[in-house]
Amino acid sequence: MSIVRNAQGKEIRAKNKGFFRTLFSQWQLMVMSVPMLLYVLLFNYGPMWGWVTAFQDYKPKLGMLGSKFVGLKNFEWLFTRQDFINSIRNTLAMSVINLVFGTVSSILLAILLNEVRNRGFKRTVQTVTYLPHFLSMVIVVGMAQNIFSSNGAVNALLMNLGLVREPVFFLGEGKYFWWLVGVINVWKEVGWNTIIYISAMTAIDPCLYEAASIDGAGRFHKIMNVTLPGIRSTFVILLIMNIGHLMEAGFEIQYLLGSSVVMDWSQTIDVFVLQYGISKQQYGVATAAGMFKSIVAIILLVSANAISRRLGEDTLI
Amino acid sequence: MTDMTKMSQGIARVNKKNKIGHDRVFPVVNTLILILLMIVTLYPVINTVAYSFNDGTDALRGNIGLWPRVFSLKAYESILSDNAVYQAAWISASKTVITTLLNLFWTSMLAFALSRREYVLRKFITTVMVLTMYVNAGLIPNYLLISRTLSLSKSYWVYIIPTMFSCFNMIVIRTYIGGLPDALVESARIDGAGDIRVFWQIIFPLCMPVLATVALFVAVGSWNSWFDTHLYNAGKKNLHSLQYLLKMKLATTQASANAAKSSAEALASTTQTTPVTIRCAITVISTVPILIVYPFLQKYFVTGMALGSVKG
Repeated sequence: MSIVRNAQGKEIRAKNKGFFRTLFSQWQLMVMSVPMLLYVLLFNYGPMWGWVTAFQDYKPKLGMLGSKFVGLKNFEWLFTRQDFINSIRNTLAMSVINLVFGTVSSILLAILLNEVRNRGFKRTVQTVTYLPHFLSMVIVVGMAQNIFSSNGAVNALLMNLGLVREPVFFLGEGKYFWWLVGVINVWKEVGWNTIIYISAMTAIDPCLYEAASIDGAGRFHKIMNVTLPGIRSTFVILLIMNIGHLMEAGFEIQYLLGSSVVMDWSQTIDVFVLQYGISKQQYGVATAAGMFKSIVAIILLVSANAISRRLGEDTLI
Repeated sequence: MTDMTKMSQGIARVNKKNKIGHDRVFPVVNTLILILLMIVTLYPVINTVAYSFNDGTDALRGNIGLWPRVFSLKAYESILSDNAVYQAAWISASKTVITTLLNLFWTSMLAFALSRREYVLRKFITTVMVLTMYVNAGLIPNYLLISRTLSLSKSYWVYIIPTMFSCFNMIVIRTYIGGLPDALVESARIDGAGDIRVFWQIIFPLCMPVLATVALFVAVGSWNSWFDTHLYNAGKKNLHSLQYLLKMKLATTQASANAAKSSAEALASTTQTTPVTIRCAITVISTVPILIVYPFLQKYFVTGMALGSVKG
């Protein structure tokens, strides 16, 4: 054990002698924790053996032990596929749009809510804007199809305002898809994402605002110089986490909202994996695609964390 | 309130009087923006309700706003006369209740064990748990494990067993327990109570607020899930969940909407697709349970989210 080689070596070694005895005396805590440890090892770490199939010409009948190893052939095949390249592009594009739209909108809303003095009104706005977070993606996509259809509300509004003459086919043209996903995600999550920022804002010492007022700062200056610096560390932590999730643009919304017409723009890596793995039963290729995604995600997370540390900001790990 | 803050508020008030324009306009503009946001949030929801109460053929003309144009209960009648919906609702409701209870049981118990500083396996188990939030084997390996290795597909258990535990929720509860006074556990231990008893009789009852949060998260997740049915139980009609039923209706309407860009073509193709009104009515039916529960739990989940974000 590495703990043994600590500064206070002797004492710890003495304690370590009784490791199993202590463990035995803590049998009740073990009863409470070991079942879930085994559960997580099976359901979260167990599937990692499945990564072997990424290097195999996996045949369900033969299983993992009987299938032939093909080296990196699956990965090579993936990168010759235009649809896989497209799906990497789409994933990153939609992630970045989601990240920028999501962060900006929720910080903005949190600031506006923070400035509301009437508690009842503030609570009402919160109750209403948290609501879409609890709707399933199936429902949200159904609503979006009503709203954005050629005779839906958005087109009616645009035509009444005279911005367009003909209805826009938001759902039928690839060039709109990324932005549509961005808008729908903001609609669904903006309220929910304010929770963390608002709780960070309530932790700001009120004296700072008072001092700023005494110095003659107006509302805008107080927001810029007290509120925003106050939520800085929350922002950084969330940013690192989100960068770690850049490869996860989600698949529910793309899978449900997308169609063969817009596939070049809607297919994300996850949808690609689903299509090749489940529908076409090409397990090896699909696992390789998923593995590629996971590895890039870990690299992104670790490097974002390192950059943040280098810059003297908070870190996640 | 101390004299100091009163004084500074007085000063602030004087300041306010000096800059009348800016400080009076802002609250009004702010209120208007927030009201507009509420309208944008609620419009699609109310619009869906309006569609669900509209006549099916008339709804194809679109442009229904916040109120049905030709009122009709046909959509609800046709749904409620279909046994598949009752079966799906039963599947959805039962899996939600069972998953939630199992989650609360396992998650809170583990959270308690990992909140005890003297527990020798604490660090090891915590690391194993937290890593799962960042490393994921991916869809296909998970699918192979659940459907082939464990043969859970085409069964009700696939809704329960793989979703029995969540690391994020465990950390939320552990943070909450960490905020309770240590003396509670210590004094009970001195009185001779074992850890299991300390947990069930002292800590568990005190955790109700955070458990309400976690229950809401889990219940909503389970109620809203459709992908598990899609992957594992698509072939078993009696195991379809409500959301999956909705997803299938969505797919059929969408296929026609994309094929037919003009409304005339859409009209022609309605015979073989699900009318939008029926889809909206199922949406309403499957959303009502969430709408009923959620406002009561709001104060809990806000604290819960704040707790979870303290330290991942």
